[in-house]
Amino acid sequence: MLGIPDPWVIIAYLGCILMTIVSLIYGLARRNAAPDEVTPIDRDWAIEERKADHDL
Amino acid sequence: MTGQSGLGWIDILVILLYVIATGYLGWLGYRGTRSAADFLVGGRSAHPIIMAVSYGATFISTAAIVGFGGVAGLFGMSLLWLTFLNIGVGIFIAFVFLGEPTRRMGHRLGAHTFGELLGLRYQSRAVQIFAGALVFLFMPLYSAAVMTGGSIFAATQFGIDFEVALLIFALITAAYVVPGGLKAVMYTDTLQGFVMITAMIFLLWYTYSQLGGIGEAHRFLTDMADMVPAKLQAIGHQGWTEMPAFGWGANSYNLWWIVVSTIILGVGIGVLAQPQLAVRFMTVRSRRELDRAVPIGAVFIMLMTGTPFIVGSLSNAWFAQHGPLLKGQVEQVMDTEKDRAMVGLMRQNDVGAWTPILGKDEKPAVVPLIITTREQAADASGESFELVSGRSSIITYVKGEADQIIPTFISTALPHWFGIIFFLAMLAAAMSTMSSQFHTIGTAAGRDLYEQISRKPHGSEPSLLAMRLAVVVGLLVAVTISYTVREGYVIARFTAIFFGLCAAAFMPAFIGGLFFKGVTRAGALASMSVGFGVSAFWLVFIKSAEAKAIGLVQLVTGGKPSLLADVPNWPVVDPIVIALPLSALTLIIVSALTRKPDEAHLEQCFASASNRNRYRVSAS
Repeated sequence: MLGIPDPWVIIAYLGCILMTIVSLIYGLARRNAAPDEVTPIDRDWAIEERKADHDL
Repeated sequence: MTGQSGLGWIDILVILLYVIATGYLGWLGYRGTRSAADFLVGGRSAHPIIMAVSYGATFISTAAIVGFGGVAGLFGMSLLWLTFLNIGVGIFIAFVFLGEPTRRMGHRLGAHTFGELLGLRYQSRAVQIFAGALVFLFMPLYSAAVMTGGSIFAATQFGIDFEVALLIFALITAAYVVPGGLKAVMYTDTLQGFVMITAMIFLLWYTYSQLGGIGEAHRFLTDMADMVPAKLQAIGHQGWTEMPAFGWGANSYNLWWIVVSTIILGVGIGVLAQPQLAVRFMTVRSRRELDRAVPIGAVFIMLMTGTPFIVGSLSNAWFAQHGPLLKGQVEQVMDTEKDRAMVGLMRQNDVGAWTPILGKDEKPAVVPLIITTREQAADASGESFELVSGRSSIITYVKGEADQIIPTFISTALPHWFGIIFFLAMLAAAMSTMSSQFHTIGTAAGRDLYEQISRKPHGSEPSLLAMRLAVVVGLLVAVTISYTVREGYVIARFTAIFFGLCAAAFMPAFIGGLFFKGVTRAGALASMSVGFGVSAFWLVFIKSAEAKAIGLVQLVTGGKPSLLADVPNWPVVDPIVIALPLSALTLIIVSALTRKPDEAHLEQCFASASNRNRYRVSAS
């Protein structure tokens, strides 16, 4: 198949493509599924992260 | 083989345009929103494409493209299993299963480094110091791999010495990471990511089209199985489109264990516990952003690793069809129908007589050749002989140096202008990865080591000095390693060592800490110690390639490169195969036998909604 005789290599070759397709489907299917909110905890963390980044 | 040398004015113009575009985007970034944290502070969201490509640009570097692409040129398409794991584990599992718990726990605990996350989760300074020390001491090895990859490519592309290329590369890196490049400017990361994507798509298309299409290219490569060098055949290489021979108990199975345990598992699994990548999840705004980044990340990683692995393998076919002609005398006929033979390579001396070319061992170099023409010639003694001309796999042209395969293929097979674009892509890949690496080294030294050991508060002046010093020291160490160690497929090996160490030392404690309340401080510390200890022991005394280079094992064994040198296969098995299961087992057993963390702390770590100030604690 595809000029590759070893089934294990074919599985890897096609597996990469398949895994990418699965990832595409997952991303599209769950595009708006999860909540999207920034909590005060997230914001506090980001402020401190920005300060640490700036200091370095 | 050397590449095309020199820079034309168009080349310089392309490079200048790229530098100006990067500088402009960086300037735009500094003026306004520049990092993921800035987006988060503003309550906004970085576009998922920007987020995913910037993550991918951190993940993928010259180590993957030049180092592992070169290994694929040597060992073949079995390396595509690594691409499969990079997408399946490095993107899908990491983003879908680990991303959100890491983000949530990191934010609740106020962790800003990987070591801090572990230290706060387990309420242990020792855990944080251990993690910080491991990152600070060993990440320069990974940086060296990235730097070597970039320098080899530049040396081949522009026809300059490796040492000169390394010096230039080190200066560019220093200019990039020391004054301010450490700040994750997502727009420049994204520009770099898109340069990489464009270069990879063209490279893949060009290579397949040059070889007559996908099926035809693969078929030709399959038909070249008898051209595999004898040394590789002896350890189980069965051709570039076949897995190495699998088994246990004979040296003819060594390659399978090298490819699967070191190259595929070490890096493919190790990515889950990479400190610089795990911390990136904390900079994400929400679960939704993680979900949206999965498809873009998968496509990016497929192109960034799949392309060099396929092209690396197919470079053998390209050189066998289009490579420069080699000349010599037939030593042994391999296949009369296909006119292939083992040929002793020869060159013409100053007086026109043909003399043998000597190999690394000072013996005449004999290589497999697909013969194209035959003619009569005279040797040094004036005797007439049949001189054959033909082509070989790329391994012959690079004299077995895997790290040279991708640079040599690019500089020989592709148009010169593409070499410049590809060089910029390599520079981009190296810079985005190294800025993240040195950021991690700096914060590990400052927050995880200095602040925890001295018990100084976050952000104190000595702590900031420690961070900056660590960045400079890390850079110097990486350059020194890169300058000193060159033999073998060193880029892939250094990367695999770092990934394997991280996997064995961190993965059970990291994943256990994210998902299981019953994992204890003692369990985590014991697991990390066992994971690191077994890995280190294995590298110093068992795994022959590394043990031999370190040199301690020879003192113990009286010159042998491994304690298990006389037992087949063990000296090529990667530490991750032994160290990771032992580390996981230790976590389970010690956690079962030791006191559980208090409920209040677990509530702080795992509660779905909480107030950070209520939960914030100092590591005890």
